[in-house]
Amino acid sequence: MKAASLILRAVLVLPVGLGLAVTLGQGFTSLPFVLNWPGLMRACLLSLGPGLAATMIALALVGLILGAEPRSLGLLERLLGPLLALPHAAAALGLAFVIAPSGWIARALSPWATGWLVPPDVMTLNDPWGLALTLGLVLKETPFLLLMALAARTPKLRQRQKVAATLGYGRGMSFALTVWPELYQALRLPVLAVLVYAMTTVDMALILGPSLPYSLSAQISLWQSEASLTHQDQAAACGLLQAGLVMVALILWRGVEALGTALRHGLTMKGIRAPWAERACAPLATAAVVALTMLPVLGLASLALWSVAGLWRFPMTLPDQFTWQVWAQAGPALLRASGVSLALALAVTSVALALTIWALQAQALRPKPAGEALIFLPLIVPQIVVIPGIATALLHLPVPPLAAVALGHLVYVLPYVVLGLSGPFQGWNPHLGAVGASLGAKPWRVLLQLRLPMLAGPLAATAAVGFAVSIGQYLPTLLLGGGRVVTLTTEAVALSSGGNRRIVGAYGLAQAFWPGLAFVLALQIQRARSLPFGQSSR
Amino acid sequence: MNRREFGGLGLAALWAGRTWAGDWAAVLAQAKGQEVFFHAWGGDPKINAFIAWVGQEVAARYGVTLTHVKLAATSDAVARVQAEQAAGKDSGGAVDLIWINGANFSAMKRAGMLFGPFAENLPNWSLVDTKGKPATVTDFTEPTQGMESPWAMAQLVFEYDSAKLAKPPKSIQALADWAQQNPGRFTYPQPPDYLGLTFLKQVLYALLPDPAILQHPAAPDEPNLAPLWTFLDALHPNLWRQAKAFVANESALGQLLADDEVSISFAFNPGRASAEIASGALPNTMRTFVLEGGTIGNASFVAIPFNAAAAAGAQVVANLLLDPAVQARAQNPTVLGFQTVLNMAALTPAALALFNEAPRGPATLSPSELGPTLLEPHATWMTQISDEWAKRYGVAP
Repeated sequence: MKAASLILRAVLVLPVGLGLAVTLGQGFTSLPFVLNWPGLMRACLLSLGPGLAATMIALALVGLILGAEPRSLGLLERLLGPLLALPHAAAALGLAFVIAPSGWIARALSPWATGWLVPPDVMTLNDPWGLALTLGLVLKETPFLLLMALAARTPKLRQRQKVAATLGYGRGMSFALTVWPELYQALRLPVLAVLVYAMTTVDMALILGPSLPYSLSAQISLWQSEASLTHQDQAAACGLLQAGLVMVALILWRGVEALGTALRHGLTMKGIRAPWAERACAPLATAAVVALTMLPVLGLASLALWSVAGLWRFPMTLPDQFTWQVWAQAGPALLRASGVSLALALAVTSVALALTIWALQAQALRPKPAGEALIFLPLIVPQIVVIPGIATALLHLPVPPLAAVALGHLVYVLPYVVLGLSGPFQGWNPHLGAVGASLGAKPWRVLLQLRLPMLAGPLAATAAVGFAVSIGQYLPTLLLGGGRVVTLTTEAVALSSGGNRRIVGAYGLAQAFWPGLAFVLALQIQRARSLPFGQSSR
Repeated sequence: MNRREFGGLGLAALWAGRTWAGDWAAVLAQAKGQEVFFHAWGGDPKINAFIAWVGQEVAARYGVTLTHVKLAATSDAVARVQAEQAAGKDSGGAVDLIWINGANFSAMKRAGMLFGPFAENLPNWSLVDTKGKPATVTDFTEPTQGMESPWAMAQLVFEYDSAKLAKPPKSIQALADWAQQNPGRFTYPQPPDYLGLTFLKQVLYALLPDPAILQHPAAPDEPNLAPLWTFLDALHPNLWRQAKAFVANESALGQLLADDEVSISFAFNPGRASAEIASGALPNTMRTFVLEGGTIGNASFVAIPFNAAAAAGAQVVANLLLDPAVQARAQNPTVLGFQTVLNMAALTPAALALFNEAPRGPATLSPSELGPTLLEPHATWMTQISDEWAKRYGVAP
């Protein structure tokens, strides 16, 4: 029991602590310069604003959709896998083309409806307020929160809604007052992870966000990669500020939570039923589902189309010519990178699952606040702060690049696996284990033949998430591998810096394909498993 | 010393062989079986395909395995070598060869992070046009001193659609006037992007009464930058998105041209437009032009880090990049459209024919049309323009 807990925590804490320490040491001397940088205030606001806004909107959409349960929810559920699997950079590039003034929506409406023969000079992308960035983050993060919420929404919880309904509450209000509070407890850590990610994303911020100035994390990555090597310390100093900013945001989020609780208490105490809100919820939820599915699907379709497009000028809705040139050229490299990506993701996910199940089985992961923070340390301390430090430290250790990358991936996959499994494991009825034991089954047999099969749904979903997280890792792969470990993601991000939509389209599709496959498989397993067990455990 | 008197590819190689035959044979022997990790920007599929082809050649001819480590930014590799140097890792480094120039080169050279001098010992060095293309031995005013080997020439050219724009503006002032009449149809990549800074340096060339001062280090708070800021203050309201947003780099600017969001674009590669026409990304009415008085040009190099694990193999690759057949392939617009660093007069007729066979492409100017190349200013100008630009325009829209 002790050993399981210790190993798991060591994997999570040691690398992060090491990287943080190195960055701290490097960054302190340059703090004064960074504090005098005139763009600092705006850069910080561009981290906080879109980060908080995107998290709140994504969470509200999850509540709205689960509360109203529009008929289109089934469609969204089926598309969750591909939506989650779509890498951030590819999603951003797809969205950028869909909403750009010369993009797909404008092309579809031009010139017949708009009269535009050349694209209008309007700012739908890279706007100074970070609206396009916020939209991109909402589109990417809502499916993740929704998956986590669907996994946590047990039939027992749904029965509460019936109680509320007998007291005269409508569907939405009964959900908000009786189901949501408990659902949110299960969602809390995923929400914080989303908040930190949204504040510190680099690839999405570079593609969709403003550049005068850039958001703090994007600026850090730019300084880190600037030609004159003098900006490295500044980048480290900014990394320190970014870590501080994340702490501030986490405290602000506490405030948001308190407001939510107060609002709920107010509504309950006054006994408000708000039938008008019930009527508004349904169409709003449908609109949200449509936007959440259509925009990424259009983005993905546009990537696919670009990867086979010849000449494609404004205002043509479709390319003039088609060509396989990009796929033919990139094919062998795509296959090689896919092999490395797959091997890493499978190995890392398996180790993460085994380690987590071991620790949970030993009851070493109890949900207490301090332990909680420790497990989620990698998600709360931004990669851009930690990874360069670990890479520096690794130079002194004889670790082969592939092993270093695998360990780096494990650090970031493990929290999601713990996140996905602790709820279902702790929610499992221990009496079933006792029944098994009374029939003479040893603990490992109870685990393998009773507990794990019953939890096959959440296990499959968690494995898929872990797999996708590993496939999508950029900074750990690039920096810890010293550039020698070439995956779909390192290739895709390197290519996206060149802005060539055709080749980025091909890599984006390939990058989305494998995790997409994993999610489709996981949803199949979940659907096959959830029903009978859901009923029998009542 | 005039190496050309020997004439011809074979003789030139022989001459080089006289002094270095023993050494070069040793290099070749040592290189055989080595794996060379070539760290080069990976943002352009055409360049990636070209490097892959070079890899096949070097494997077939010399038994060297070339692995392209595709970077988002060259400084990733520089930072890697820097970190290895700081950690005292003096051999077995991760980087064997870097595509490099300008500030990255001078930073590495000064910090003792480079292997060499090696370039002038390469058998194919005698073919390099160091007189006609002084940028092959002077990188942003920094003498290369054999610490890096050139492999491609680049020059700033402007691109436009001749079907939509009959008479493109051929001076910086004419461009500014045109932008005023056609607001929102021109922009430049945001500094510190390399191409964006090259455009600003080109503007500075046009505004300074005596551009020769650009060859000397800029003074602290250089007073001669003032006209640049006056010019930009007037230009910015007429730019794409009123200069409230900028594109990131050359490819993104090229995408704006392809999307018809701008009417005039520019690139640091005279063959880019032809190459894009060949691949079907631009219509074949695209053309290029240069400014009266010339545009800025420079060379791309490869360098070897001091602790490279496969320094011999890296030299073999650097030498192969100077091979006439490889240079001619790079100049073909359907491959790369890069300009050669070689001296046509030093080539054998057979080698020369390789260059004349390859089509130039509909949008590429001939060497005489390209006109004079302006030398890169001292690197301090670029640093100061970059920093000052960020202060003036980079911190608020």
